[in-house]
Amino acid sequence: MATNPVTLRRKAVHSLKIRRAVQLLFYKRHWEPGVKGWELRRRIGSDYPRIINLLNDYLDRLGLMVRIVYDEEASLPENPTLDQMDKARFYVVLKETQISGEQKLVSWRIDDLAGLAVSLGYIISQGGRASRKDVEEILREKLPGWRIEFNLNRYLKAGYIIEDENGQFYLGWRTRAEVDQRKLVDLLLGTSETKMQ
Amino acid sequence: MMAPTKKQENIGREELRRIIETCQSVENKRLNPFLVDVNELVAVLNQYFPNWSNPEELCLDAEALNQIASIIKMQSEWIKHRATSLYRDPFLIEEKLRMLPTERIVEIFKEAWHPLVELEQLTMGSLEAALRYWRELAPIKERWQKENLTLSKVSPTSREELIKQRILLSESFTEELEKLWKELKEKAGNNQRIRYWNFIGAETYDETIRRAYLTSFLVTYGYAALEVHPLEEEIFIRPFEKQVIKQDAMAFSFPIVISFEEWKKWRQIQ
Repeated sequence: MATNPVTLRRKAVHSLKIRRAVQLLFYKRHWEPGVKGWELRRRIGSDYPRIINLLNDYLDRLGLMVRIVYDEEASLPENPTLDQMDKARFYVVLKETQISGEQKLVSWRIDDLAGLAVSLGYIISQGGRASRKDVEEILREKLPGWRIEFNLNRYLKAGYIIEDENGQFYLGWRTRAEVDQRKLVDLLLGTSETKMQ
Repeated sequence: MMAPTKKQENIGREELRRIIETCQSVENKRLNPFLVDVNELVAVLNQYFPNWSNPEELCLDAEALNQIASIIKMQSEWIKHRATSLYRDPFLIEEKLRMLPTERIVEIFKEAWHPLVELEQLTMGSLEAALRYWRELAPIKERWQKENLTLSKVSPTSREELIKQRILLSESFTEELEKLWKELKEKAGNNQRIRYWNFIGAETYDETIRRAYLTSFLVTYGYAALEVHPLEEEIFIRPFEKQVIKQDAMAFSFPIVISFEEWKKWRQIQ
């Protein structure tokens, strides 16, 4: 049975738009990776949420997913409006949390990663804001002083945390994109239903 | 009403300072904002407010009120945070963070961590574009000279100065305008419009400036109109057969850059 030419054309258009979305999402064009919703709308068209869903289905097979970070993370919208989508930032992240083999720490030293986990866990527990002094104090229990300074600078540079002029730490854009904050807190308290590997 | 004694005023000022310090301390140490009894603090402000007359005292009072407002804001945020599903007892989390071994913390973190995927790659297209840019990039000496040109001070000029600089001829200004209007009508021809740069552009940069200056008066005095197409980044000039004077229309300025670079670009196209 011959395929309808209109369907064929629609498929070709979708395919082209998905390719464009991949370029925008994977390749860093500004300082921060990912792309804003309004940029997707401008480059792909107003049906970009549909294109992102199609791309997500494809990425799922590769163990990846599109992560949408809304302006107001605390109130994650169930049915986001187009306006909320436009203001949100879209990233591609690993879907699976457990990476096997040599890549399992993604080039991090185990104590640096633990320091990051502790810093983020502490900031989250304090309602998203904690003083540098308090974070340093909790890290000092298990890390040497010089390592703390080095690590905090690394977390700041990578965008996991941000610091204001009063020495207060907040969660940075990368934490909002990469870390499932609720899950981290639940796991720390041992209340998660997910079994540890 | 009895005037407050010096002693009462001093006590009042001390009270205001105490309020400010308490509020700042709660804010800086991120203490539970509900430890502060806002009603009590407001009552203190009310009690002493009639005593204040000089600006310094009123500023202190305003500062204290501002600090109380910050505490109320903190209380609102505190409730909001506690109401979210993300809220867990901070002391419990801190305790866990201190107790858990490093390996265990990393294991937990990895469960909640989805690292970003991003690629960095040069393509032949981007290399070609970069080389093209390099070829067209003027040597640094020339670029700095151009910068000097643009750094010259910008100020309004008068017709007399333009005549002195030989940009305008000394003949009557109206005559010059009439001549240019006639030329515009001829050049616009059947299309009834011409590209702005094609009209004002001349052999030399000085002459281009002169024509642009006069053209601005053609538009202002209603001998012609500008047609601006922002998307196509094109400007046309359309001559009128007769002078059009719109008395009710609101006049507005439309700046057009006639820089040396723009003129050079236009000359290259010609």
